Amino acid sequence: MAHNVYIYIFIMFLVSITIRLLPMTIFRKPIRNRFVRSFLYYVPYVTLAVMTFPAIITATQNPVAGLLALIAGVAIAWAGGNLFVVAAICCAVVYIAELFLL
Amino acid sequence: MLACMSGHAFATTTGIKSIPFSHPEGKMPLAIRGYKVSTGNISESRKKAAFFNGVRDGIPIALGYLAVSFSLGIAAKKAGLNAFQGFLASILNVASAGEYAGFTMIASDASYLSIALITLITNARYLLMSTVLSQRTAPEMKPVHRLFVSYGITDEIFAISVARPGYLNPWYHYGAIAISVPLWSIGTSLGIIAGNMLSVRLVSAFSVALYGMFLAIFIPPMKKDRTVRVLIPVCFAASYLCSVLPGIRTVSSGTRIIILTLAIAGSVAAIRPIPEEKNSGQMSAGKTDVPEEK
Repeated sequence: MAHNVYIYIFIMFLVSITIRLLPMTIFRKPIRNRFVRSFLYYVPYVTLAVMTFPAIITATQNPVAGLLALIAGVAIAWAGGNLFVVAAICCAVVYIAELFLL
Repeated sequence: MLACMSGHAFATTTGIKSIPFSHPEGKMPLAIRGYKVSTGNISESRKKAAFFNGVRDGIPIALGYLAVSFSLGIAAKKAGLNAFQGFLASILNVASAGEYAGFTMIASDASYLSIALITLITNARYLLMSTVLSQRTAPEMKPVHRLFVSYGITDEIFAISVARPGYLNPWYHYGAIAISVPLWSIGTSLGIIAGNMLSVRLVSAFSVALYGMFLAIFIPPMKKDRTVRVLIPVCFAASYLCSVLPGIRTVSSGTRIIILTLAIAGSVAAIRPIPEEKNSGQMSAGKTDVPEEK
């Protein structure tokens, strides 16, 4: 049975705005619990790190190209490159590496 | 970040210093009148300054989004979405992993319930980010601001918002949204329209743009925070193991992200709780919660 694309999109919208809005409207008092505050401090790092690896090496046609992009990205980010510079260099590394690897 | 902080400081000092200088011969009443007038201007110009700081910091994000959403558009096209539907999905959801998972579900003609579930799972991290931001929100912030700030919580906008000191300034957040979300949505449409024209090589190269952006967010704090320096390699190793070990390997990548985030962040919070003076959700250590307004 065929589903309506607009209903799909609307459901996605409803779920994602609810997820983002609930904490902003419910947790309005500062959290004192040290464990909870520590947990919230570490969450962004952990979630971004686990999303990046190993996904970056499976996203490319050749895993070695993805690995090279990861190494280059870490180095440039460590040296202080901004979002766009790091993203652009990662793309360029994959493009150039795959010219040789494929 | 430093640049925008000094920008604020500059606006504040010039606002105050301009009172005696603009009325050199003025006595107290004039000075008071001048002060009253410029208070309104300061608050308006602060909003503007915050907005344009947000736009400026949002430009690299927007350019990255354009590249990433282009590849997202290719996935949307496979799911049978047209350029308008892709635009609509992106402007309403503003979520890379969430939209990608959603498009995969649409492609397989899944039930409405399962698309709700996959959106919940892939976007659950926004629940955590929203909680972090709620701790940095001035208690008197209006509900309408809470709604629009919530709308713009993405990995990248969250990262630049939370890296700023003090209470969250909604206008900074809006500046970043105003430049990046339209490009995110247009990029999705462009991917649907032009995706077929792009070579496989270019699609492969564009596909790492998203991860490059993530690296730019979580690598710099490794220099300052020793726990984070150990934490990131641990996350990489755990995430890799979960992708190859039998059993957990078959779990969808969205669910794996949730399990790993809860397990690792929970453990490290128990083993290495942040010092009392460090504020919740502060991306860089050693800053204090000084409200910017006032």
